Amino acid sequence: MLSFTPYENPMYFGILGLGLLPIVIGILCGKRFHWYETLISVFFLILTFGGPKLTQGFALIAYLIYEVLLVWCYTKYRKKNNNTGVFVSAVILAIIPLVIVKLTPAIQNGKQSIIGFLGISYLTFKAVQTIMESRDGVLKAFNPWFFLQFLVFFPTISSGPIDRYRRFKRDYDRVPKQGKYLQLLQKGLHNIFKGFIYKYMLAYVFGTMLLPKLEHQALMAHGLSWSLVGVMYVYSMYLFFDFAGYSLFAVGTSYFMGIETPMNFNSPFKSRNIKDFWNRWHMTLSFWFRDYIYMRLVFFFMKHKVFKSPKTTANVTYILNMTIMGFWHGVTWYYVTYGILHGAALVVNDWWLRYKKSHRGQIPHNKFTEVFATFITFNFVCFTFLLFSGFLNKMIMMK
Amino acid sequence: MDTKETVLNVLQDLTGSDLSDDLDDNLFENGLLDSMGTVQLLLQLQSELGIEVPVSEFERSEWDTPNKIIANTEEMLK
Repeated sequence: MLSFTPYENPMYFGILGLGLLPIVIGILCGKRFHWYETLISVFFLILTFGGPKLTQGFALIAYLIYEVLLVWCYTKYRKKNNNTGVFVSAVILAIIPLVIVKLTPAIQNGKQSIIGFLGISYLTFKAVQTIMESRDGVLKAFNPWFFLQFLVFFPTISSGPIDRYRRFKRDYDRVPKQGKYLQLLQKGLHNIFKGFIYKYMLAYVFGTMLLPKLEHQALMAHGLSWSLVGVMYVYSMYLFFDFAGYSLFAVGTSYFMGIETPMNFNSPFKSRNIKDFWNRWHMTLSFWFRDYIYMRLVFFFMKHKVFKSPKTTANVTYILNMTIMGFWHGVTWYYVTYGILHGAALVVNDWWLRYKKSHRGQIPHNKFTEVFATFITFNFVCFTFLLFSGFLNKMIMMK
Repeated sequence: MDTKETVLNVLQDLTGSDLSDDLDDNLFENGLLDSMGTVQLLLQLQSELGIEVPVSEFERSEWDTPNKIIANTEEMLK
């Protein structure tokens, strides 16, 4: 049976184009066929999770039933009551499958959990935010069938971008006007072609042609070497072009379906500081952490006056937020250290910005300092990506 | 004191700038507000005006200028 990893080969794009055709024609005629959208979603899910990956397919089905029932029950409960304990339990229950999947390799020597499947963390983000928005009372009309569509929206199922329930619903319920839709088609096509350049040319040059050679040389050098520096930059470029390319495919495909999935990257290497970086790199993940973890923790700490000063509150929460992000990537020392380093960098960055503000006039600010700031940010980020790649771990293990 | 004045006072305490002449400036773009500032703003509005603004209600693009913040606050006081 045919089986694909999404956006991995030309044939996938061929099938995608054919599958999208009825949707495009429908929307151009002012109609949305939700039944067809469901059908095509199921079809692509079978292509992704069927055949040799059938265990993953079963895991996905079980997961979906579990999460939809859980969120449905919580929203039903929330209409009548609003107990904090019940809310916290619902969130914990929603993340338990993901926690098991992330912990299993750390406990069982790298063995993958049988309840895991490609994209489980992205579905968990969607489930958790839906629970939180119900708790806040902003999401009142919950529909389990729609929620299921939102979860399995096939263009973004495997690696995001992470959309929001209410935003997705606005697009899903509406048929875009013809002029607007033509623009979306144009943008979608542009994204997909840019994705081809990113993923199949640039990521290929960096990841497949250059990286293995440099890694080999760096391993042979045992310790610090110029090759290791090369690995750092080349891996960073590969990571960006591969993931940004994938994201462009996902966003472009969504546009064809009349859904404006949010962008994931905005020239991240142009960032002037680390906060700027997190507003440009893997944006839907970073904003998810900002809105559902950072802001909520800050709110909690401030309301209960846990820390004396707002600065301390912000700093502690930065570290917590980014450490959790590190754990989310995987339970290994290098992912967690990656998170902690970024948390610490956000603390230092805030301190520096405050210092600069209070010493205005004494610290020069011009084109040169801006370029210098971008340079430092870029190098710091590349260093943390080297850690993230796990290559340092491999070097240590070889010794 | 009217709502507008209260909101501007809260914003002045938070950002250290008097914003009464820059009612349409984007506070996130010019670096005066960030997530932390936002939460402080929500808590301050809660204690001074008694309005409950849950974090989910806070859509950045709808709260990014003094004018928008004033309008949203007035809306919630109705």
